Amino acid sequence: MADTAATATPETTGETGDGIRRRDFIDIAAVSAAGVGGLAVLYPLISQMAPSKDVLAASSTEVDVSAIQPGQAIKAVFRKQPLFVRRLTPAEVQEANATPVGALRDPQTLAERTQEGHEDMLVTMGVCTHLGCVPLGAAEGEVKGEFGGYFCPCHGSHYDTAGRIRKGPAPTNLEVPEYTFTSDTTIQVG
Amino acid sequence: MSFPWAKEYTPANGFTKFLDEKLPLPRLVYNAVGAGYPVPRNLSYFWNFGVLAGFFLVLQIVTGIILAMHYAANAQVAFATTEHIMRNVNWGWLMRYAHANGASFFFIVVYLHIFRGFYYSSYKAPREMIWLLGVTIFLLMMATAFMGYVLPWGQMSFWGAKVITGLFGAIPLVGEPIQIWLLGGYAPDNAALNRFFSLHFLLPFVIAGFVILHIWALHIPGSSNPTGVEIKSESDTLPFHPYYTVKDGFGLGVALILFMTMVFFLPNALGHPDNYIEANPLSTPAHIVPEWYFWPFYAILRAFTVDFLFIPAKLLGVIAMFGSILLWFILPWLDRSPVRSGHYRPLFRKFFWFGLIPAMIVLFICGGAPAEEPYVMLSQLATAYYFLHFLVILPIVGQIEKPEPLPYSITEAVLGSDKKAVLGENASPAV
Repeated sequence: MADTAATATPETTGETGDGIRRRDFIDIAAVSAAGVGGLAVLYPLISQMAPSKDVLAASSTEVDVSAIQPGQAIKAVFRKQPLFVRRLTPAEVQEANATPVGALRDPQTLAERTQEGHEDMLVTMGVCTHLGCVPLGAAEGEVKGEFGGYFCPCHGSHYDTAGRIRKGPAPTNLEVPEYTFTSDTTIQVG
Repeated sequence: MSFPWAKEYTPANGFTKFLDEKLPLPRLVYNAVGAGYPVPRNLSYFWNFGVLAGFFLVLQIVTGIILAMHYAANAQVAFATTEHIMRNVNWGWLMRYAHANGASFFFIVVYLHIFRGFYYSSYKAPREMIWLLGVTIFLLMMATAFMGYVLPWGQMSFWGAKVITGLFGAIPLVGEPIQIWLLGGYAPDNAALNRFFSLHFLLPFVIAGFVILHIWALHIPGSSNPTGVEIKSESDTLPFHPYYTVKDGFGLGVALILFMTMVFFLPNALGHPDNYIEANPLSTPAHIVPEWYFWPFYAILRAFTVDFLFIPAKLLGVIAMFGSILLWFILPWLDRSPVRSGHYRPLFRKFFWFGLIPAMIVLFICGGAPAEEPYVMLSQLATAYYFLHFLVILPIVGQIEKPEPLPYSITEAVLGSDKKAVLGENASPAV
């Protein structure tokens, strides 16, 4: 099209004095409309791979925490992933609070990771922040790591009693999901 | 092949030069659908449907791959996952409706493509191979569409699978074992559903392969045209790009408007409500018919109601149904008229418009109607004409017909005289 404009005469191309062809408008309009249309089609093609409505509908979990004794933990499931709920002993709370926050890789206090009035109730995802394995330490008799919290056997990440990363490759503390106490003994996660 | 005046691809920069040496893909595209492919200047909109068929094949593959991400081919959950796609998956309704209606539109454009081939005798030498490959594509499409319709596992899916595999049961002696082998059981169930899913996924790629051969074969003699007169000189042609990319683009726009209207406003108009009832092996729907695009052939199948000599009616129907399409394979050798275009064939035109087309319409209507009078008798008459047309009328018409005078060239057909067309190099063709 550009090459024909170079050789053809103004009568045959509808070229105006300043070198713009009338047909350029139609060319640009048609190609733009097709381009915008093509991009609009991409949206549903990409969006269809996002979690479907049934998956989203199953993304909140209620957990009864009444039976957990100090020093014990339970595993629940939240969004198809393990959720650790742990009642800390007074010694563990003290140990977590005694740790200097500034020296941590991901500085957070125990109070920031728990809810007011329930500082001994540590709710975290059971998903190592390194590459997603399930850390040990929630079930009876499992290794708790050098800092008495959780230990991920895949690549050796050690978490302390507040679920904070202390040693190993994991970049951040175990994630604390959004949750609320719906009563003294029940939490709703998500 | 290339006409001597075809424009040659010249790489514009270092990168395309590199590419042209190592893998000349841009050159291939340029010579296939670019300025390097000279095309008759007089193509009508009937020459749009090849590109449209290609578009709908791609659409079916894209939406189909997406549906397969959310669907499970298991008789326990197939129906439920189909509803899951409709209700839970983001835009799943759009994907499924586009796929279901895309199948219909694929057949619409392919039927118009075949119609074009019949009227303008696109199957004649030197284009026989294009035609043979096209008929093969059509058969593959039918198989693919049938198996796809089974996947939602509704009532029509199930009974369609049962009836169509039952066709093979008509084969003498080995029919029943073959039917059981095809289904992997005595009735359609998990085994059948799984293999249909597997093949439904595979066959579109086989079709795509045949489409490549179809286009390759087309580029040897080049496109035919409404006059049926072969290209004689450069003034008979235009480069494919931009002239026919634009013309095809316009046709695609019109097709998409119609298609999206169906998808958004009438998504189930071409389907059957019974297919929203889960498959039930114990109850056949009162009126089972295949999808609309199979109706003419279904009518031929049902037209045979009486045994002939030692051949049972069931077998006759099956032979006739498959034969009605297989006979297209010998069409280039049945129609021996040297004139291609129906435009210049007065006698052929009469039989075409007043014989073949009405017969096809009658078969179409009867195929969708219940198996009762007057539809049975009408489909018998139409079936008789259908075979008569191809096997008797076409060969005879080719012998006795006196064709109307053909233009000397495409240019003469377009401009009235070929002398006018022998213009200077800068003449702008048909702006």
